[in-house]
Amino acid sequence: MDLLQTIGGYLFTDIRMAAPVLLAGLGLLLMNWSGLLNIGAEGIMLIAALSAVAGSHYFGSVWLGLLLAMLAGAIFGLLFAVLTVTLRANQTVVGAALNILGLSLSTTLNRVLFGIETTVTKVDAFKVLEIPLLSKIPVIGRAFFAQMPIVYIAFLLVPVIHYFLFKTKPGLNLRSVGENPRVADTLGINVYRTQYLATIVGSTIVAAGGAFLSTGLLDFFAEDMVAGRGYIALAAVIFGKYKPAGIMVAAMIFMAGNVVSNVLQVAGIGIPYTFLTMIPYILTIIALTIFASRAVAPASLGKPYKRG
Amino acid sequence: MKVLLSTKMKTQGKAGVKQVIVSFGATVFALALGMLLIYAIGFDPFSAAVAMVDGAFGGKNAFGETLVKMTPLIFTGMSYALASRCGLTNLGMEGQLYMGALAGTATGIYVSGLPAALHLPLTILAGFLGGALWGLIAGALKVRFGASEIITTVMLNTIAISFIDYMVNGPMIEPPGINCQTQPVRSTAQLPNLISGTRAHWGFVIAIVFVVLFWLFLWRSKRGYEVRVAGLNLSAARYSGIHTDKNILLVMFLAGGLAGLAGCNEILGIQIRMIPEISPGYGFDGIAVSLIGNNTPVGIVIGALLFGAFRAGGNRMQIRAKVPNAIVSVVQALVIFAVVASQMLLDKWNEYQMKKINRQESEVA
Repeated sequence: MDLLQTIGGYLFTDIRMAAPVLLAGLGLLLMNWSGLLNIGAEGIMLIAALSAVAGSHYFGSVWLGLLLAMLAGAIFGLLFAVLTVTLRANQTVVGAALNILGLSLSTTLNRVLFGIETTVTKVDAFKVLEIPLLSKIPVIGRAFFAQMPIVYIAFLLVPVIHYFLFKTKPGLNLRSVGENPRVADTLGINVYRTQYLATIVGSTIVAAGGAFLSTGLLDFFAEDMVAGRGYIALAAVIFGKYKPAGIMVAAMIFMAGNVVSNVLQVAGIGIPYTFLTMIPYILTIIALTIFASRAVAPASLGKPYKRG
Repeated sequence: MKVLLSTKMKTQGKAGVKQVIVSFGATVFALALGMLLIYAIGFDPFSAAVAMVDGAFGGKNAFGETLVKMTPLIFTGMSYALASRCGLTNLGMEGQLYMGALAGTATGIYVSGLPAALHLPLTILAGFLGGALWGLIAGALKVRFGASEIITTVMLNTIAISFIDYMVNGPMIEPPGINCQTQPVRSTAQLPNLISGTRAHWGFVIAIVFVVLFWLFLWRSKRGYEVRVAGLNLSAARYSGIHTDKNILLVMFLAGGLAGLAGCNEILGIQIRMIPEISPGYGFDGIAVSLIGNNTPVGIVIGALLFGAFRAGGNRMQIRAKVPNAIVSVVQALVIFAVVASQMLLDKWNEYQMKKINRQESEVA
């Protein structure tokens, strides 16, 4: 029983830790299927993490914080779309610049809004929403049904986005833009509008992942707090073979690395702490090397489309 | 195919002058935008700008600081540029910088009994190799498994920084182990001062030497030509019999080495010992430096001067005008956006002109 409880506890932590990476991965997936490779998820998540704390602090509601974070994400997404879709700029360069912007702007605004004292400003954060009855299921009950609302939303988005992409007309249109924009164009699909929409909506989902870091996992903002999760989400999309359920599995495996490192740390078996913190990143590299060649990316991913 | 590609490269060279002018305009625009932002968050943009320029160029000491900050940026700028000339995206400069710094520090401390004339070059070589091997990992993962270097290099950054944390707190900690730093490197491995009364050191001269080597490699060697062809069109390069895999490995090795030298020189010229945070983000600065410089040797030096001055002046701006110096990186991102946007607008303008000429020609006919 004790062991089962521990396993339930690990599962709880894993699901909680996976949620932000899952959200970021799902947002990126929408962009990828429209043919855009946005490596700027890290920056979007950082500005979102700060906006969520600022919103929660000034409006007194964590939900308004989330809204502000998603708005910030949408603005970053719009910037990306203008530069890469309309101006056809190099997507990797623009994405890298988004990361620099997200890191530096969130750091600057944090110092301006909350000062540079050592005490952090704590804000209203998301609370656990227990689902009656279901959360009482032994072992897995708490892991699945006693989480914060955003966690439920993140995991519910998996079937929703799958249905949208693979079972609806707009989803099919979106994918055809990513596969072959010229054909999509001749079929009367507005390629640019589709890419703009995918980027803006996708970025707001990525931003929700960032917001969860500062107002879900924690209740304050710390500089550079995303700590590579934006890039891990990029790897999760490839590992998940460009399918929502695959991304979910990937996010849970990558973040299980975090759980393992926590467990080993508590167990105190002599592996230095700094090595344990490397585990999720090493796991991501290994997963990428094994599965990179098996994942089939949308055919026109990363290539700018020129009409006419 | 080869002829076609070389004409393409030549036309790119001619358009370069126009591009430099446009990039310059875009940079000025981004700076103005940055000042607007400083105003928007409640500071005086003009006193911030004055403090910035004063901190970067106001006197011998300030200029020395600019040279100090420029040195690593020249290296990381070249690192990004070299990879990008080959069609690769090296985002791992930060990790390669740290591994180069670590290898250099270790050689500087533990190798003893050599005269400076041998010890210093050996230490610098170790710094190059430390970064180069770290870069090569990403290259090998790409060639062998098709793993995107964009993701692996970033993961390797975090791993490198954690590893340095471990080394500095563990095996390499300075006895008796109170401060998390290593011993100082031996005096025979330290870079001499370049301008007395400032912190500027000979690392700057080494950086300029490598700029020349960078130029020689890319524009005066057969291998460099192959790298540039591969960067323009990977599959065309393959058809014309260029070993693209071998070139990817070589370029990631060299690019990693250049970033490693950024870290190694910073240790040997400034820090003297390894501490966990030797770089305030010189790695990522390299992207902006190479972009402004359009991946050309002279352009990289100019880009490094601009962002080196930002780094040097940013500190004084923070002290005097109270503007957080992270704003410097915001401006850097704005510069990237502006330069990229202006280059694409220039392309569109050229396209439009071509269409007009074509139309006129067909009307005449």
